[in-house]
Amino acid sequence: MTALLQVEGLRVHLPVEGRPRRVLHDVSFEVAAGEALGVVGESGSGKSMTARAIGRLLPAGARAEGVVRFAGEDVLRLGGQALRRYRSGGVAMIFQDPRAHINPVRSVGDFLTEGLRTHQRLGRADATRRAVELLADVGIEDGAHRMGQYPHELSGGLLQRVMIAAALAAAPRMLLADEPTTALDVTTQSEVMAILDRLRREHGMAMVFITHDLELAGAVCDRTAVMYAGSIVEQNASARLHSHPLHPYTQGLVRARPDIAATTRLVAIPGQPLSAYEAGDGCAFAARCGYRTDPCTTQVPPLRPWGGGWTSCLRVAEIADRLAPGVEEASHG
Amino acid sequence: MTLSAAAVPDAPAAATGSRARRSGRWFSRLGVGGWVAVAVLAAVLLTALLGPLFVTTDPNSVNLSYAYVGPIPGHPLGFDGQGRDLFARLLHGARTALIGPAIVVAVSTVLGAAVALVAAWVGGAVDAVVARVTDAMFAFPGLLLALLAVSLFSPGVVVAAVALSISYTPYTARIVRSAALKERSLPYVAALDVQGFGAGRIVVRHILPNILVTVVAVATLSFGYALIDLAALSFTGLGVQPPQSDWGVMVAEGVTGIIAGYPQESLFAGGLIVVTVGAVNFLGDRIEGASGDPR
Repeated sequence: MTALLQVEGLRVHLPVEGRPRRVLHDVSFEVAAGEALGVVGESGSGKSMTARAIGRLLPAGARAEGVVRFAGEDVLRLGGQALRRYRSGGVAMIFQDPRAHINPVRSVGDFLTEGLRTHQRLGRADATRRAVELLADVGIEDGAHRMGQYPHELSGGLLQRVMIAAALAAAPRMLLADEPTTALDVTTQSEVMAILDRLRREHGMAMVFITHDLELAGAVCDRTAVMYAGSIVEQNASARLHSHPLHPYTQGLVRARPDIAATTRLVAIPGQPLSAYEAGDGCAFAARCGYRTDPCTTQVPPLRPWGGGWTSCLRVAEIADRLAPGVEEASHG
Repeated sequence: MTLSAAAVPDAPAAATGSRARRSGRWFSRLGVGGWVAVAVLAAVLLTALLGPLFVTTDPNSVNLSYAYVGPIPGHPLGFDGQGRDLFARLLHGARTALIGPAIVVAVSTVLGAAVALVAAWVGGAVDAVVARVTDAMFAFPGLLLALLAVSLFSPGVVVAAVALSISYTPYTARIVRSAALKERSLPYVAALDVQGFGAGRIVVRHILPNILVTVVAVATLSFGYALIDLAALSFTGLGVQPPQSDWGVMVAEGVTGIIAGYPQESLFAGGLIVVTVGAVNFLGDRIEGASGDPR
């Protein structure tokens, strides 16, 4: 079976101070219909840029190379009507800050019904009824009242649910969720996440879930990809990724994760994270890696299959045993 | 039950919020001065529209025996150097004085905003060309273009108004473009884009309404400038043609009266220009100020 979304060799250049800088290096992954893929990484690792490239939302001046194929269509080359069809029915996107991504001077009702009326050609009354249903779907019971309100009158959590409702309105085959819960407080976060997860399963939607929360990605996603400095360094089934990291960076992330029961100190990853465009020759993580050897600093390691998942670590064969949590990290130097 | 009980105190708060928002719209933040300006302009407009229907005195009937005669019953402002009724001429002159700027504002706003929105949306080379062309046209004084047009074609208010419209367009386009560029860069526009809405819908239904206050402010200020420019053209004899009454024409015709010690005609017509333009500019400033809201 071919995947719903195929990303092959995606590279993105952004103009920084007038010069094109590469912010994505050769990103490849697949998402099957109905499958959820978590994309985890720190700020500047290129995870949002990946989502934006898939949604064709790259900033002006950005150049994307490689292939993004959605249901057989070459997304990067879509234009006009085909692009609008892809965006209105193929993918839907939700964002980190719902307040910034809603026209502030239009009511919630306007926001929800605009798509229904434009794309699905519903009449005003039908669109309103459908919008109230959608709001009920995301746990907003007093939808009719909310429809008359404006974005600034709603809390961030409510507004994010409205965004989710709007995304669902189009019945998309895939949802691009760009850190949808990062701006919310923890309790709201879990509510929104539960709604998102339930609706995704009910509607059989695929999802690309961008987050910096490894644990959250593991909880809602079938597979997780870890990004570092503009590249995917590891990809595996979520549970497997936590129990058997295949890359030292993932191991570092897993170890740096606070555990409510543990009393030991958290192990931090030494050094500073790298911006994607700063990555030079060799493995981008090499400078911070405790398992570094000379080849790590001279050749860019490709992502390749290993132990049921994918890793870009050159030394995975030698160090895989030592990467599992619980094993002491190799000494530096 | 707990849920609905919790929801109850929420409802009035929400209602207040929605009221607060409505009273927060820009036109309700004009302040007392702004509304005085609106009242003055409304009075001028009503006078121009309805005045001539009630004052039946012919503004163009010459009676030299009344030359420079002061106010008499039925003629509250007296007569000009040719014995024409000043009050009637001012009322009729209001129409010609306002129609010209109205044409200029209508044409330059529609044209300028359209060009600006297209440039801001399409961006890239189109935007660069529009920006440079508007800059270049900016360097060319509007009055000069109008003078050129009038001398090429024929003196008259329509030719002058069309020429001014063209020279006002880049002014409008420049300001609207910068507002549209700012609006276009907001995340909600990207979100609309990724929802699959067409460019036309996003620009016309979302960006334009959100920058409308800027457009209105520019249009209002343009009206004031256009009124002055057209009055100046009429003053020099290249705009409205005598004997048709017009405030600018009246200022010009009153000049001989000033020398003769009868400054009324120039004074009244000039005063009306000053008051109208002052009110327009004040209102424009207020709208502009109100548009700088953080939302």
